[in-house]
Amino acid sequence: MKTFRIGGIHPHDEKLSAGSSIKVLPIPKEVKVPVSQHIGAPATPIVKVGDVVKTGQLIAQATGFVSANIHSPVSGTVKKIEDFVDGNGYRKPAIIITVQGDEWAEGIDTTTAIRREITLEPAEIIKKVQEMGIVGMGGATFPAHVKLSVPPGKKCEALIINGVECEPYLTSDHRLMLEKGQEVMIGVKILMKALGVGKAYIGIENNKKDAIENLQRLSTNFEGIEVVPLKLKYPQGGEKQLIDACIRRQVPSGKLPIDVGAVVQNVGTVYAIYEAVQKNKPLIERIVCVTGKPLREPSNFLVRIGTPVKELLDATGGLPETAAKVIGGGPMMGRAMVHTDVPVVKGTSGITVMDEKDAKRQPMQNCIRCAKCVSVCPMGLEPYLLSKLSMLNRLEDLRAENVMDCIECGSCSFTCPSSRPLLDYIRLGKGRVGAQLRAEAAAKKAAAEAEKAKAEAEKKETANA
Amino acid sequence: MDVQFILITVCALAATGLIAALILYFVSQKFKVYEDPRIGQVEGVLPGANCGGCGFPGCHGMAEALVKAEDLSKLMCPVGGADCMSKVAAILGKEVTAAAPKVAVVRCNGNCAARPKTANYDGARSCAIAAAHFAGETACSYGCLGCGDCVAACKFDAIKMNPETGLPEVDDEKCVACGACVKACPKNIIELRNKGVKNRRIWVSCVNKDKGAVAMKACKSACIGCGKCAKECPFGAITVENNVAYIDYTKCKMCRKCVAACPTKAIHAINFPPLPAPKPAEQKPADAAPAGQTPLENKPAAPAADAQPTKPQDTKAAE
Repeated sequence: MKTFRIGGIHPHDEKLSAGSSIKVLPIPKEVKVPVSQHIGAPATPIVKVGDVVKTGQLIAQATGFVSANIHSPVSGTVKKIEDFVDGNGYRKPAIIITVQGDEWAEGIDTTTAIRREITLEPAEIIKKVQEMGIVGMGGATFPAHVKLSVPPGKKCEALIINGVECEPYLTSDHRLMLEKGQEVMIGVKILMKALGVGKAYIGIENNKKDAIENLQRLSTNFEGIEVVPLKLKYPQGGEKQLIDACIRRQVPSGKLPIDVGAVVQNVGTVYAIYEAVQKNKPLIERIVCVTGKPLREPSNFLVRIGTPVKELLDATGGLPETAAKVIGGGPMMGRAMVHTDVPVVKGTSGITVMDEKDAKRQPMQNCIRCAKCVSVCPMGLEPYLLSKLSMLNRLEDLRAENVMDCIECGSCSFTCPSSRPLLDYIRLGKGRVGAQLRAEAAAKKAAAEAEKAKAEAEKKETANA
Repeated sequence: MDVQFILITVCALAATGLIAALILYFVSQKFKVYEDPRIGQVEGVLPGANCGGCGFPGCHGMAEALVKAEDLSKLMCPVGGADCMSKVAAILGKEVTAAAPKVAVVRCNGNCAARPKTANYDGARSCAIAAAHFAGETACSYGCLGCGDCVAACKFDAIKMNPETGLPEVDDEKCVACGACVKACPKNIIELRNKGVKNRRIWVSCVNKDKGAVAMKACKSACIGCGKCAKECPFGAITVENNVAYIDYTKCKMCRKCVAACPTKAIHAINFPPLPAPKPAEQKPADAAPAGQTPLENKPAAPAADAQPTKPQDTKAAE
């Protein structure tokens, strides 16, 4: 069985909610829709307080290419447009809507009937994906249309669908592949048409045997789609790791998947694209896995964007006394939340609740130079060195050690026998080097523009003379 | 024969030496880099800590800037202070206009009692990392994180965490106002302010930009932006912007009227003799007072209710 070649770890997968089918959560009384749910520029609200909105209506417009539209997940009245306290405690602007009924905007197909025939042309598909505000649903929330727009001079040779869900606990993609297999397959076909590729691979880890079987059975009806069962290993869901696992190509340092002819999309994104293209439905709801050992009933829910996390927890039997940490996302890459009155956003793939024993971080001890972190790093970096350089703020050295290649998977921190917060420090250094690189790029751009303006002025002068 | 051989060798060597010396002399004349001899002298007077507190890369950079400068008032060695600057002025034959010495001031007084914890952080003990993860262990997203990046940044051992309050404290004597802690703080809490006569200083010890009610709920000693201090100030030194007051130390005349007017005791005055009327204004009692008193009186979070506890103080101050 295939897997990626460098590093990797084997945490317990703990897929507690794998057997629980997707339940539709009732629409809450009020939703908070943040205007920044994606990587890139925040969207600009186009509704006013007091406006009546319908489900699926555009309420915030994308600002620029790397940004995404936001649609109303409910029907009702805009109550406020103001800041709310996010899961990390910082304030962020959001559109707050009081729910009244559930009246959908016109032109959206809300039936469950499956439409297989793809009528749109590739350019129209990409435009539709952009219009409907689709972003990467695996958690990175990168606007999907950007990845689908292959830059000139480059060619996509293989489409890779990420059904790995290597993050422990989470099962939302697993349930999706099991229950909405047909739709996912059509979604893959749509993407293949948009990118003009003849071959697609769906990578699924071997702990989801039923999903592999389901999609393999369906793939006999869909030409060019291959289901690739993968050996269990974290972080297989990382873009670069998955490309290596499926088509044995390694993305060079500083390059993008498209440079080796691959485009990677998450299965959740594929399903959202199916709904956008075939049903004209914007991204207003998603599957969220609510899981954790202290919970009475770990479940998978289909929820509207903007629903408070509190209501999801209540639906699993409430947050128990023994819960010590609530994490937005999975235990490896997720972030602990300061409070639970936080809305579900496009990138919320799961909510993991941890008890005291699992949540506690051990005190940091000295590095014993065992190099375990080096052997597990899936990017072939030296985490002990990067974290030390970061502590000393030696940014030039960090850059030379390719800190920007770090995918922040946390394998190093997970494996460290001295419980050193390796990733925390690496992330800090990465942020600082990133800021330095951006400043350099901006200065270069400004200099080039100034030179261009100067040359043009000179040209004009000579023309006048 | 032998003597002649030795003579030729000696002459040839001498001639080569002479030619080489001449070439070197002309080349050094042609490509001479003139360095003002005063730069070396000035550098000798500077402390040589190379801390970068003056804004130049080390003491040599500062010395070059000092020699080049027309007027010394804008340049100041925070480590050497006025003594050092007067020596520099003597070398350069210029007058030194003594720049007021500065000191680092911590603008957060949300101690453990005033700012209840809403979350626990057990990650890496670094403010920069904590700030990247989340807003802080309390509901105030502007306040001190308490991991001590400022303490680690200080090369002069002048800033220490007080385990009782969980806040950093600056040692007036040791602080040279190099600004390393200001740069290290991810929340921009630390500011360099005038040291003041006899180290007396008044400042708003809060940077919370939330609206009054929200700030009050998060921290009992937060500035709620009520503007009472600005109204009270006879010199127009206080401005309220984004729900937080700021005292301009160049305009402040240290009358301490604002200190009495502040309903949440967010304005701190230290190293003053006790006022005739209410309380001693030494640092520790001033810090402890809001924590001990306000919880009982200021329970309602609405800003309107905040006016109540201040009234008796106002009248006392007027007396």
